[in-house]
Amino acid sequence: MKKFDPDRPWDLTTLPTTMAPQGSRPHAPVEDQCFLGAEADIKQPPKLQEAVATIKNWFRASSLNVLAFGTGCGAIELRPLSTSRFDMSRFGIPGAPTPRQSNVFIISGYLSVKTLTRVIRCYEQMPDPKWVVALGSCTINGGMYWDSYNTIKVLDLYLPVDVYVSGCMPRPEALIAGFQYLMDDVKKGKANGWHHYLENLEWYRENQKQVITDWDLPNYNW
Amino acid sequence: MELFPKIGWTLLSLFVAINYGFLINGLIRKVMARIQGRFGPPLWQPYIDMGKLLVQRNSIMHGYMHWLGPIFRSVGGMGVYVLVPVVIGEPRLAGFSDMGDLLLMMYFMFFGSLGMALGAGDAGHPHSPIGVSRGLSQMTAFEMPFILAVVALAAHVGSFDINAIIATQQHGVLSWNLFANPFASAAAFLALLGMNMYAPFNIVGAPTEIPVGPATEYQNSYLSLMMIGRSALAIGKMVMFMDLFLGGAHSIGAAVVKILAIYFWSVFVGAVFPRFRTEQSVRFFLRWPTAFGVAGVLLTQWVR
Repeated sequence: MKKFDPDRPWDLTTLPTTMAPQGSRPHAPVEDQCFLGAEADIKQPPKLQEAVATIKNWFRASSLNVLAFGTGCGAIELRPLSTSRFDMSRFGIPGAPTPRQSNVFIISGYLSVKTLTRVIRCYEQMPDPKWVVALGSCTINGGMYWDSYNTIKVLDLYLPVDVYVSGCMPRPEALIAGFQYLMDDVKKGKANGWHHYLENLEWYRENQKQVITDWDLPNYNW
Repeated sequence: MELFPKIGWTLLSLFVAINYGFLINGLIRKVMARIQGRFGPPLWQPYIDMGKLLVQRNSIMHGYMHWLGPIFRSVGGMGVYVLVPVVIGEPRLAGFSDMGDLLLMMYFMFFGSLGMALGAGDAGHPHSPIGVSRGLSQMTAFEMPFILAVVALAAHVGSFDINAIIATQQHGVLSWNLFANPFASAAAFLALLGMNMYAPFNIVGAPTEIPVGPATEYQNSYLSLMMIGRSALAIGKMVMFMDLFLGGAHSIGAAVVKILAIYFWSVFVGAVFPRFRTEQSVRFFLRWPTAFGVAGVLLTQWVR
């Protein structure tokens, strides 16, 4: 694997094979789906474990709290979601004002390096399992900011993305469709980006420190 | 009734009350959504939220007081509920109302908030103490009219015992304190708007401004415990208001309807009005509601 080159962030051949830019993930084994601290040590028959994981994942998918953090111009597309025309809450998706109480982080458009430090801090403070929805072309390949000096181009290098919604800007309907993909993935136990992040924390840290030159975050933001 | 059957029935009644609180919570979200022209989440969304909170990982604890805060909060809520008689003449649903009076109930209401404030302070997030200071100043303000209303009722009956207050209201609808003590009722029902913390008095946990106030650092099972405590406290308060002002209830059906009516008084007010700032809400409670409370006390003395 070629080393990630910050001058050529659009070069997708530098991405590891498990980090497809479409956000697809290899199917995690069942014990990963219920990766819940001490629970992972409990010896259960596989069928029971799978049934318990299915129930837990249904609960998680039916109540996705979105962190109220707008990073780019896409944040303007999030507001209509709570209004009567689109009404996100009918899927059980309310907003959550604090990272401690939220499950989904929407990176809504371009992400400047200065904001990335705050995003990392908020993302790591969210309780596991947590998911990232990348909204807009800027999060996929930089979009219209492809040659900007202070925005990141490929979000998947810095945070594990579970669902991409492409477009510039995607309409709120597109975001709702993205949410339904996310809910399906969560129910099937496929949305394990948070686990991938924990397992490959050094790799993510290395990438993050390459763009954040004045790094002042702790090892992990509990 | 023997002590142990009594404890069993009280726990069962508490369980039903908490579930009723959850359903009312879902109904409120649905009603607010319909008022705003939305479909809104399903009625059972609070249950799903709680299930989700219980299967998340706990990532952090900020010390023992932080851990105890939600426990104090829910103990306060449950303490209020077990002290109120739900159905008149039904000892299984009377809880421990013969062992405590209104002052103990008000202590429990204060105790929950105080425990929560200590826990939130331990979390160390700057938004938590801001929410706490707003909450406590608002609480001090609405306690004034509420205490005056309670004093008016107690002076009218000559006792702080809630069963004695219910007994004086059993001579038809016009003997309810809502009509017999109109000034005290006005003061108490205006104070109820502040207690329930819907708009215009929802500055305490103002989302988007100070993220949810005291609960900023709480997550997962702490939050689910707080949801349980909030349901118990809400139903306990509504039953208390029903007993104090609406003549209690002679059947479970009547209790269900009256609780819903009292609860939706603050919900509908909240649907219409925007949010007060803290000093505005303090000023509000210390003007007309307090004046109504004083008038209620004076009227009681004059009638006597």
